[in-house]
Amino acid sequence: MRYEKPTTVEAATALLAGQGARVLAGGTDLLVQMRSRVLSPDVLVDIKGIDATRKITKDASGYTIGAAVTGAELKEHPTLSKDWPGLVEAANLIGSTQVQGRCSLGGNLCNGSPAADSVPGMIAAGAVATIAGPKGTRTLPVEDIMLAPRKLALTAGEFIVSFKIPARPAHGGDAYLRFIPRTEMDIAVVGCGVALALDAGGTCTAARVSLGAVAARPLLVEDGAKALIGTKVDDAALAKLEAAVRAACKPIDDKRGTVEFRIDVAGTLAKRTAKIALERARKV
Amino acid sequence: MAKHHVTTTVNGDPVEYLCESEQTLLDCLRDELDLVGAKEGCSSGDCGACSVLLDGRLVCSCLVLGVEAEGRSVETIEGMAQGDELHPLQRKFLEHAALQCGICTPGILVAAKALLAKNPDPTETQVRYWLAGNLCRCTGYDKIVRAVMDAAAEMRGA
Ligand SMILES: Cc1cc2nc3c(=O)[nH]c(=O)nc-3n(C[C@H](O)[C@H](O)[C@H](O)COP(=O)(O)OP(=O)(O)OC[C@H]3O[C@@H](n4cnc5c(N)ncnc54)[C@H](O)[C@@H]3O)c2cc1C
Ligand code: FES
Ligand code: FES
Repeated sequence: MRYEKPTTVEAATALLAGQGARVLAGGTDLLVQMRSRVLSPDVLVDIKGIDATRKITKDASGYTIGAAVTGAELKEHPTLSKDWPGLVEAANLIGSTQVQGRCSLGGNLCNGSPAADSVPGMIAAGAVATIAGPKGTRTLPVEDIMLAPRKLALTAGEFIVSFKIPARPAHGGDAYLRFIPRTEMDIAVVGCGVALALDAGGTCTAARVSLGAVAARPLLVEDGAKALIGTKVDDAALAKLEAAVRAACKPIDDKRGTVEFRIDVAGTLAKRTAKIALERARKV
Repeated sequence: MAKHHVTTTVNGDPVEYLCESEQTLLDCLRDELDLVGAKEGCSSGDCGACSVLLDGRLVCSCLVLGVEAEGRSVETIEGMAQGDELHPLQRKFLEHAALQCGICTPGILVAAKALLAKNPDPTETQVRYWLAGNLCRCTGYDKIVRAVMDAAAEMRGA
């Protein structure tokens, strides 16, 4: 196996277009999979030498977060947690302190697990990925990137350089909750991200609801958003959200939870998540 | 494929080693540099026995490639005591009997030191969450957490 650390996007895409090449970000999925021989890449392309993958910038339109920025760095950013607390909390649920020192949003998404914690957080926040490839750069909403377990909408030579997160709306809030059988260090049985915005009178004007671990890919639940928009996010609206979320679930049975259990938990979790997002939206 | 020639800093000293692309930083520390303090418990990021600081950031050295240390700074358990003088955390681990077999201890000490550098006055809950990625099979976590809290108090001069 060869290890390469290009410093430009062009050099990285050229390397990635070759046979058996794979991106290395924090390595917290990849190195484990290489050790257990699930993956045996011929070339590892470490993208951390590319400046754009490693920095967070902010302007009037929002944040641009490098795909290889670590969970610990997201938490330490002076304003990101204030603007998008749900997104940062979702990313900070990934693994231990040690894993947080390395794990990235790009890796969490591109590892291709339906249970990846930061992905519903990103989808709820309306994150859009900037993808570089041999033919240039394109953008794709995060909900359109993972298609099925380990299957992505990226083509040969492409990798994610960064994520664009919009500026938080005036009265906007987001939240992410996951259900696990213990308090730390486990894989989500259900994950839910909600972001919403209110007008000055407290009526919901925009919402995005996303679910993880209840289908073959993370879901954007449009009917969940519809249940909230135009309401005061009262109990009636939350009941509609719960029903919409349950209807969207297509989970599997496994040792972490049965189909019925996951569907049930998803509805309850979505209501709780929406309440936290609402509280946050009312405060700003 | 030729080996990589890595130049890095370990516990403040400049060091060089040769490694293969697939060798982890843990392999390099133990096999190339004879720094066997960091332990291999699982090689999958679950146990924390291999914890080191990379540019001041706590990581599992089993999930970092040796070549990635090029030009960086690595701190391991070997850099913790000053000559014969133990670090307060090390002393408190002995006083509180916070180790039995000791396999987890170097990783826990490195992790705890990183916590106290960031937060000199952590609550018990903060210590427990910070150390959630450091598994211990023998001692039980109460003694470990007590030793960390006590060391923190001493280091604050409390
Ligand atoms: C102990 C432990 C606990 C964990 N707990 C959790 C958890 O609670 N929740 C959770 O969601 N995950 C968890 N994980 C999984 C893992 O840490 C995360 O998925 C992490 O975000 C992966 O990021 P990374 O930067 O380390 O990715 P890497 O391992 O570097 O990469 C992962 C995959 O994505 C590809 N890739 C990476 N970046 C890009 C990019 N920019 N463009 C294209 N492809 C890319 C790589 O080629 C590889 O296939 C855990 C892992 C460990 C070891
Ligand atoms: S050996 Fe690295 S975490 Fe267990
Ligand atoms: S003392 Fe044996 S594993 Fe912790």
